[in-house]
Amino acid sequence: MTETAPTPPTAPPASNDGREEIVRTIDVIKEYRMGEEILRVLKGITLTIFKGEYISIMGPSGSGKSTLFNAIGGLDKPTSGKVFIDEVDIAQLDALELAWLRCRKIGYIFQTFNLIPVMSALENVMLPMIFGGMSNSDAQDKAAAILKRVGLENRLLNKPGQLSGGQQQRVAIARAFANDPAIILADEPTGNLDLNTGKQIIELLRQMNAERQVTVISATHDFKMLDVSDRIIWIRDGHIDKIQLRQDVKIDVGEMH
Amino acid sequence: MPPAIQKQIRLPLSKAIEIALRSLRVRLARSILTLITIVMAIAFLTYIWTTRAIEPAAKAALLQAQGIIVAPDSSGASRTVWLITLSLLVCMVGISNAMLMSVMERFREIGTMKCLGALDSFILKLFFLESLFLGAAGTLVGVALGLAISILLLSRNYGHAAWSNIHGSTLILIAAGSSIIGLAITAAAAMYPAWKAARMQPIAAMRVDV
Repeated sequence: MTETAPTPPTAPPASNDGREEIVRTIDVIKEYRMGEEILRVLKGITLTIFKGEYISIMGPSGSGKSTLFNAIGGLDKPTSGKVFIDEVDIAQLDALELAWLRCRKIGYIFQTFNLIPVMSALENVMLPMIFGGMSNSDAQDKAAAILKRVGLENRLLNKPGQLSGGQQQRVAIARAFANDPAIILADEPTGNLDLNTGKQIIELLRQMNAERQVTVISATHDFKMLDVSDRIIWIRDGHIDKIQLRQDVKIDVGEMH
Repeated sequence: MPPAIQKQIRLPLSKAIEIALRSLRVRLARSILTLITIVMAIAFLTYIWTTRAIEPAAKAALLQAQGIIVAPDSSGASRTVWLITLSLLVCMVGISNAMLMSVMERFREIGTMKCLGALDSFILKLFFLESLFLGAAGTLVGVALGLAISILLLSRNYGHAAWSNIHGSTLILIAAGSSIIGLAITAAAAMYPAWKAARMQPIAAMRVDV
């Protein structure tokens, strides 16, 4: 991996000409108070993510990767700096607007799947649509169609407890796509899955990303993700260490074997 | 073109009711345990009220039939009030505790719902309704149980003298009073846990530790 010259953090993406930007962070700083000490977890992150990109945020635990991810997803307020989603500064949004953003603009995928245990696969996928105000019957039809897309047409009425890990994550992916979001935020989506199932999940995410022109942002340290990512943002010690394009990484992976 | 960001809509109450009922059904064992607390406290309250309303008259009637006239006895009244208050307080703390545990246990579920677009008010309703349904069911069973036991015991001890002193209107009054108190204590007990659930941040969904 040492052979690759690291791209400077401010390097432009592969081709930003004419592409719409979907997420932009400007000098995002996040500090936590630990008693007397102030711990600076993010030390000024500026980056732009474009519509339809598949982005992996990589970094060791404690690097600030999750903090950055949560700031982008509107789950955590930065101490200073700005996060824009679709050119809207999310710090300016009130509670109702934030809920709308989470419901319509962003689809979340979690390491622990986070399906609602009391609901069937179908009802889990319907939930964001119900929150968004869709009628029950419309939501049902749409949820069934998405579940078919992720290969679970025979599992509509199963509860999460009756599904394997891979199947649960598929339901979670279907749920994340429920309201046709602009961004999918996936937090270690393969962290609780075995190698093969993880590969299938990554492949599915990649396909859906291409099909629906949805931006996928994933925090991970799963190297299987490298292969499908358009860009990889390496975080180290609260800074952007380097941003790699896929073609550069392919050489990397080749060398690693 | 629609504005980039809109306001999230508020869901009708029926949705919250639907989900709350389902959550109760899935955690049946826990729900029943909480239910029993309410049933016992309300049954105790109803039993005491009913007995106190009927027993003195029944006793007097029985003694009078044997030619003995007694003055009504009101000793021990303050102790009974104490006992009732205490039992209701214990019940309230019990419900509060059970609900709080349920909220803490379901941090990920609550966080996830928030990530999917649930509003604070919706989560508040969800947990409040859960307690209220438990409270209503427990109160209903408790009132029935309390009335049944006290009438059974009274008729065993005083026979006809008890029955002639049982008035439907008294029983209805007692049942209504017990029901109001049962619902009021569950509502009071549910406030803090429901508020706690509503205040939970969406980021809780990301927590991996249990």
